[in-house]
Amino acid sequence: MPIEILMPALSPTMTEGTVARWLKKEGERVSAGDVLAEIETDKATMELEAADEGVLSQILVPEGSHGVTVNSVLALLQTEDGNGQKTMSAPHVRPPVSIPAAPAPRPVAKAVPPPPAQRTYAGPTKTQTVREALRDAMAEEMRRDPKVLLIGEEVAEYQGAYKVSQGLLEEFGAERVVDTPITEQGFAGIAVGAAMHGLRPVVEFMTFNFALQAMDQIINSAAKTLYMSGGQINCPIVFRGPNGAAARVAAQHSQCFASWYAHVPGLSVVAPYSAADAKGLLKSAIRNSNPVIFLENEILYGRSFEVPTEGDHLVPIGQAAVLREGNHVTVATFSIMVAHALTAAERLAKEGISVEVIDLRTIRPLDVATLVASVRKTNHLVSVEEGWPACGIGAELSALMMEHAFDDLDAPVVRVAGADVPLPYAANLEKLALPQVEQIIAAIRTVLARG
Amino acid sequence: MATAAKAKSAASRGNQARAPAATVADLLGCYRDMLLIRRFEERAGQMYGMGLIGGFCHLYIGQEAVVVGMQHALAPDDVMITSYRDHGHTLARGMDPKRVMAELTGRRDGYSRGKGGSMHMFSRAKNFYGGHGIVGAQVPIGAGIALSMKYQGSKNVSAVYFGEGAANQGQVFETFNMASLWKLPVIFVVENNMYAMGTAVTRAKAGSDFYLRGAPFGIPGEQVDGMDVLAVKAAGVRAVAHCRSGAGPILLEMRTYRYRGHSMSDPGKYRTRDEITKVRSEKDAIENVRALLLASGQVNEDALKEIDREIKAIVADAAEFAQNSPEPDPAELFTDVMVA
Repeated sequence: MPIEILMPALSPTMTEGTVARWLKKEGERVSAGDVLAEIETDKATMELEAADEGVLSQILVPEGSHGVTVNSVLALLQTEDGNGQKTMSAPHVRPPVSIPAAPAPRPVAKAVPPPPAQRTYAGPTKTQTVREALRDAMAEEMRRDPKVLLIGEEVAEYQGAYKVSQGLLEEFGAERVVDTPITEQGFAGIAVGAAMHGLRPVVEFMTFNFALQAMDQIINSAAKTLYMSGGQINCPIVFRGPNGAAARVAAQHSQCFASWYAHVPGLSVVAPYSAADAKGLLKSAIRNSNPVIFLENEILYGRSFEVPTEGDHLVPIGQAAVLREGNHVTVATFSIMVAHALTAAERLAKEGISVEVIDLRTIRPLDVATLVASVRKTNHLVSVEEGWPACGIGAELSALMMEHAFDDLDAPVVRVAGADVPLPYAANLEKLALPQVEQIIAAIRTVLARG
Repeated sequence: MATAAKAKSAASRGNQARAPAATVADLLGCYRDMLLIRRFEERAGQMYGMGLIGGFCHLYIGQEAVVVGMQHALAPDDVMITSYRDHGHTLARGMDPKRVMAELTGRRDGYSRGKGGSMHMFSRAKNFYGGHGIVGAQVPIGAGIALSMKYQGSKNVSAVYFGEGAANQGQVFETFNMASLWKLPVIFVVENNMYAMGTAVTRAKAGSDFYLRGAPFGIPGEQVDGMDVLAVKAAGVRAVAHCRSGAGPILLEMRTYRYRGHSMSDPGKYRTRDEITKVRSEKDAIENVRALLLASGQVNEDALKEIDREIKAIVADAAEFAQNSPEPDPAELFTDVMVA
């Protein structure tokens, strides 16, 4: 029996990829270590090496095939002794930021079904991933204002650890797309100083987990100096990068920081879900004359949405969006949890339960008016967030309802949040720790039953 | 690497062995500027004792030659940034003593309209970027200002002051690395006053002297007698020229001494009174310049007394102004959080 060469998982969130090119032909003899093919993920192009010696007897997935799921059989390798076994094709060279995982027996994260609701726009649109929309936002703003620059680890030559800054170095050069050493506190502080002196830096943190190293510069320097200087020294800066859990990257790489930053006066905190909002909000953030924390989500990077193509697509900071109208209950959420909330709403609609889904989009300042108007109509609120429950966004929403909509509530607010533990690695435990659609549905049933 | 650093340091030590001859006008300028800081700080200390100044108050007495010597080497459109011990820096930058003192008393005419206090004063107009309370945090910020200067094509430099205590912070080394990598026009000025709060430098520092700490990153360093204003100025002139030439950052270690406590609430048990008295009597920067002026034969006691009177009047006016300036309007509580 020949050896099966499988589609490898090349990053924690990869579920499928493209077979870009076969470098060996059918019938060709290969040695262990030979590059068989190039596999393109949404983050990078990687080489697939042979792990065994033999003859490439059959190519099952031709080059140019898109959407090839992890663990699909790509080709067969006939070995001398004929002993067949599945091979671990070793992915090699230029790994993306996340260490390539060996092919898992089961795909780790089943792709969440496409969002059931999509905003509609009056003008023309095009389909774009969140990743492309973010890149376009930066490119447009860099074309518009020479004082805008991008600074961070791997943003230039590597084209972005998550490929968000792809093409920017080529267009804007190394002065404006600045690779830094691995030195978060240092480069965050340098960017803060540059902002105080008149530039408009966009700081990319490879993930917001690493921004903990830079927290002092973000809070004590960027957020407070305008006040401490009696209004003299402002800090027009954007700190952006993926926030929250990706997939199977364990506790130190999987934290949602929304409530941490939302606590701080002097900061705006933005966490978009769709590509259109990611673009419009990032453009607004770059034009804002204050520090903005821009929380992205790794899993959302590859999702596609319609993005307006006409004119300057700006989404104002501080405005929530009602993504789905409903009458029975309001679900308020942000970032990737919007997808879960929309799925939950879709399922409950079949039972006649009408769910209004609000994408907060901005966490600070919260759009209290939109929330209150919705709760006045539905009289029930469920908050959904990936972060921990204690002092979280749900706690804040709950308190806001006490202050602004107490008499409109038919039942106490119900919070859905991540489990109050460091995020575990094991697939089953990770799933248990992160809010799932089922939990949101259960929370909605609970709040309606209490009403 | 170590050899190169040593060679450099030997060369720089040679450079500063004898301060260049200064004109009487130069000396008078330094004398006046240092005396203003000394008298201002003495008055601030008194006012703190009277309860007119609150919170933390870190006096600059003893270290005046550092900031004044450097100021005489910098241009007005160069930038200065420092830590919380910033009163002397504001005055050296030419900020109005009245408004500096009004910030210390927390009044509306203060540079930060009373919202910053002793540790957080700024003047964009005078290119003074604070006034930062977290030890070492001003160092990357100052390098970022230099990055902005370079990006915008200016020939200015950023003078970043920090104590020898801050020199042990990780972000200082991170900044050395990037400043050198990107050839940023930064002068790192380590004000080594021998004590990080109550910890003597010998108990906090391993390895070489501070002026050599940039050497692993390719940053030339120079050790300077920070009690000698002319030596400081000469080193400052060399450093400014180095940065303006596009050669990247440079590091100056100023050996200085603070006569007063770390802050007003420092009991000072970590050093002897004799030690302070000895430095004061032998090394005092203001007394040194005074002696040079009198020795020049071109300035007499009366002329110096006249300067003393002028300075006293400036400080008295500042103190009076700071006590009479009203407290901030309560509505100011919510202003300046964000730019509209």
